[in-house]
Amino acid sequence: METATQIKFSDQSLAKIRELITHYPIGKQKSALLPILHMAQEELGNGWLPVEVMDYCAEILNIQPIEVYEVASFYTMFNLKPVGKYVIEVCRTSPCCHRGAEELMDYMQQKLGVKLGENTKDGMFTVKAVECLAGCGYAPVVQIGDHYYEHLTKEKIDALIEKMRNSNPDLHNRITI
Amino acid sequence: MGRKILTEHIHIPNIDSFDVYRKHGGYTSVEKALKKMSPENVLDEVKKSGLRGRGGAGFPTGMKWSFLAKGTGKPAYLLNNADESEPGTFKDRYLMEKNPHLCLEGMICSAYALGANVSYIYIRGEFKWIIKIIEKAIAEAKANGILGKNILGSGYDLEIYVQTGGGAYICGEETALIESLEGLRGNPRIKPPFPAVSGVWGCPTVVNNTETLAAVKWIIDNGGDEYAKIGIGKSTGTKLISAGGHINKPDVYEMDLGLPVEEFIYSDEYCGGMLNGHELKAVIPGGSSVPVLPKNLILKTASGEPRLMSYESLAEGGFISGSMLGSGGFIALDETTCMVHNTLNFTQFYHHESCGQCSPCREGTGWMKKVLKHLENGEGKMSDMDMLVDIANNIDGKTICPLGDAAAWPVVSAIRHFREEFDLHAKNPEKAKQTAHPARSIYHAIRKPELV
Repeated sequence: METATQIKFSDQSLAKIRELITHYPIGKQKSALLPILHMAQEELGNGWLPVEVMDYCAEILNIQPIEVYEVASFYTMFNLKPVGKYVIEVCRTSPCCHRGAEELMDYMQQKLGVKLGENTKDGMFTVKAVECLAGCGYAPVVQIGDHYYEHLTKEKIDALIEKMRNSNPDLHNRITI
Repeated sequence: MGRKILTEHIHIPNIDSFDVYRKHGGYTSVEKALKKMSPENVLDEVKKSGLRGRGGAGFPTGMKWSFLAKGTGKPAYLLNNADESEPGTFKDRYLMEKNPHLCLEGMICSAYALGANVSYIYIRGEFKWIIKIIEKAIAEAKANGILGKNILGSGYDLEIYVQTGGGAYICGEETALIESLEGLRGNPRIKPPFPAVSGVWGCPTVVNNTETLAAVKWIIDNGGDEYAKIGIGKSTGTKLISAGGHINKPDVYEMDLGLPVEEFIYSDEYCGGMLNGHELKAVIPGGSSVPVLPKNLILKTASGEPRLMSYESLAEGGFISGSMLGSGGFIALDETTCMVHNTLNFTQFYHHESCGQCSPCREGTGWMKKVLKHLENGEGKMSDMDMLVDIANNIDGKTICPLGDAAAWPVVSAIRHFREEFDLHAKNPEKAKQTAHPARSIYHAIRKPELV
């Protein structure tokens, strides 16, 4: 199949997956599924998991595609539809809610012209409400890429969005504002 | 000043590096355990310490370990539960981020006691930067012979691997965590068999919270009897409390168990009082799952004794007038807080996080959410309160795992202690909105100018 040949992890990632599988007893390679889906979403799916990518993961682990779909659809970190280049995940649970998360969500929706869960037309941003991120003492909190941004204000959100729009930051690193 | 066992060295620069950690007494417990103690000796010290699970249930750790099936011919596994997701709780994250080697040190001693040669630390997927910190610490420990084959020449082998979660609260439940580690949906298992008999891949397994395992280092260094001297009664040792909500100094605090709640909230050493001079209205003392208490019952028990930060004192009065220490996720709310809104927020959380296996939880949480939403929108009826309690009581105790109970208790306790406020939402919604409203303003929250 044409698509199957197009979707492939880099050699470096494949080496990482081979190493990952050694963490589990022989025959229990399915345990590597969650870590592999995280890698696939980032490297192969532009932040989400198309069916073809999930099928490829099933192939790598020698499991049925359904075993991948049922897992991907269970965990909230896996996106099953396209997302913006930058996904802003706002914690909405009680301690954040009481320290400004609701106002922050309203503000971001207004600023970016989207509703929660939607992508901006230019494909740059998705704003999502998520449940407790374990940042309760530093509320309100959002997650962008690998990092949390805490004690947020509208000004800080403005600065973060500005930075993402204009300087294409690598989300493995913390965005400095 | 409270004693610091877990956080003693946390402010030392570069304590997250192996050399600095080692210089400050790091890995002494591994040397002691592996060279001078048998696994049984380690287990005995943990039993003597009275250490109880810090993830929420408070089950005695030594006893949990002693249930591990022996002589099965199968390998035993130790799983470190770092899936910290209970709303209000952010202590394990703090520990892993600031002092990763302490987390590993506790795991090594514990795995030795259990005879495990492989151990996993299951970290919630959102903590991406922490996963890197822990992986670096593992690599350093391996490079220095503290992990891997023949640790410190003792003949004992141990590998620790990081397992990444996918964003599911339920995976903090130990059997759901095991399912997730096996690459499955996080659906809790029916017990028995308990993990100690049949856990990951059908092998004997112990699952402990990150903070619990970290405490094992001090216990081995200083002895279980010394640990048991700290704290009060059966609440031995120190506990990390993650304090949030409407307080002046939200943060993670380590304290001897038994500290009066009033001192914890109002002293400058801890929460520093209520934000912007507001009044305390209610506290959820142990993470969102435990019953909420109004000011009078969190500061004093129903019999008028000062309420203490301990497993027993917080539970005094049962669910009528007490709560639980839980995970130590302490949420203090001021008089501007709408309890209906807060209860709706929690219920929305449990509805979202229910794995969906058991009908009472899957359907009940959604139903409660709808009823609470109606109430909040001024479309409620006076009979809604009894209905909410009825739904909650039909979830509580009727599900495979405790998520159902955790979804029910906040609703029942909020209605028990704040019935008038709930009733007012049905009787006179406009007035209810004026009396208390969700603290929505970001600027309401800011105290320290440097954080703006």
